[in-house]
Amino acid sequence: MNPSLSFFYFLSFLTILSALMVILSRNPIHSVLYLILTFFTLSGHYILLNAQFLAAVNIIVYAGAIMVLFLFVIMFLNIKQDHEEARTNISKIAGAIVGGTVFVILFGAYRKSVVPSYDPNQFDSQVGMIESLGQLLFRDYLLPFELASILLLVAMVGAVMLGKREIGERHF
Amino acid sequence: MELTEFVIKTITIFVVFVLTLVIAMYSTWGERKVAGFIQDRMGPNRAGPGGLLQPLADAGKMFFKEDFIPALANKWLFIAGPSLAMLTALLASAVIPFGSTFKWDGHEVVLQGVESNIGILYVFGVVALGVYGIMVGGWASNNKFSLLGAIRAASQNISYEVAMGLSLIAILMMSSSLSLGEIVSQQHGGNWNIFYQPLGFIIFITCSFAECNRVPFDLPECETELVGGYHTEYGSMKLGFYLFAEYINMFVSSAIISVLYFGGYNYPGMDWVYNQLTAALGSETGHNVATLIGTAVFFGKALFFIFFYMWVRWTIPRFRYDQLMNLGWKKLIPLAIFNIIITGAATLFLKPLITAWLN
Repeated sequence: MNPSLSFFYFLSFLTILSALMVILSRNPIHSVLYLILTFFTLSGHYILLNAQFLAAVNIIVYAGAIMVLFLFVIMFLNIKQDHEEARTNISKIAGAIVGGTVFVILFGAYRKSVVPSYDPNQFDSQVGMIESLGQLLFRDYLLPFELASILLLVAMVGAVMLGKREIGERHF
Repeated sequence: MELTEFVIKTITIFVVFVLTLVIAMYSTWGERKVAGFIQDRMGPNRAGPGGLLQPLADAGKMFFKEDFIPALANKWLFIAGPSLAMLTALLASAVIPFGSTFKWDGHEVVLQGVESNIGILYVFGVVALGVYGIMVGGWASNNKFSLLGAIRAASQNISYEVAMGLSLIAILMMSSSLSLGEIVSQQHGGNWNIFYQPLGFIIFITCSFAECNRVPFDLPECETELVGGYHTEYGSMKLGFYLFAEYINMFVSSAIISVLYFGGYNYPGMDWVYNQLTAALGSETGHNVATLIGTAVFFGKALFFIFFYMWVRWTIPRFRYDQLMNLGWKKLIPLAIFNIIITGAATLFLKPLITAWLN
């Protein structure tokens, strides 16, 4: 077995293990830390696919910003005290049903989808590099890219408006 | 990779690692010497000549103290906190170009841990992870003051990362490359980015003060409000790791500042020195000596910025927390966006005008 294939299997094992630990661990903080580990292993997969930019952005955006906020909120909420009533059998069964349904849907979609066959002669190692990605985003897909940025801007302005203190409101 | 290249690369990485640790170690000595100088006292002067052995004495003390874990702390995360802080601090130095190339036996090896075309994004990612060590450790201590310190560190780092990233974008627009090696080699011949990006530099250095949790932004360990901040419950070498990670972060950010804005290993008149050396010592040895001089210049710049960090620490008082947030969100981010617009306009309109005028 060549090194990159064995590394792929090792990474996949780690990914699935840490993803399972996210839902199996009892402490929410542990869940978040396992989720961060999952993002790291996913970045490893991106690097194996020669998509360095995607790997770095995955770390910066998900592990570096979003998960910090997750951890932040969970630390404030301190869920440890009221975890007894949250762990009833009904919630477990409901969770299992929802998760199982999502799994079946994803698996069905995977079975139905047609993956174009891989041709080693057509392979271009530069395709995942940031230069070609930039060419693609700013030339071929410029309109979707700009629309997505406007969507994000609108969401940001909305969040600021919601969080804004109104006139006459108390200053804590 | 050829064996010779591999050996040179291994030696480079090892030397970089050791140098990072030694510089961080002697920064603790330098900090106290600078503090002594600014406050008109002697600083450490008992252990060794000029107190030079003081870091070793401190390390010995840290190692032999009792390794204590509080009863209600989360044991594994309590240990993971300082380890994570140390790990993320050391990771960033992998992509810093410490010098140009080293020639040996016909091979030419770059004096850089990893030559990556996403270098600056990698540094940014590692910096973004730096907060986990503090957050995990602060939460695992099971102490209100530690938790408050950790939360402060997290919100501060996230806030200042935004402005830092935006100030970097102006640099990337000018260099049109994310590779640190490429950014440095473009600044060859006095084309240092500081002359083109003074505003971006001020934003970047302010944000790096905040990211390193240094005074005036050391709110996470503000002792008048939070006892000791996130490391209140820590002792022994675990505390040592936290403090040490801060000094490593300081060195790494100084190195990044000198790479991005002050030309890295470039210095005025380096072409003349290079020609003299290669003429006197032959093309291979001369090239290597010139590279070493460039590396020494690079470390000189980085050490100056470490000194600058200390200088600021003993000059400026600490901000209040709302002042910190207002500065980050209401001043630095709009300034950084303004800087991006100015840079874009200048590259589009001003640069063709000037080049047309010069020709």
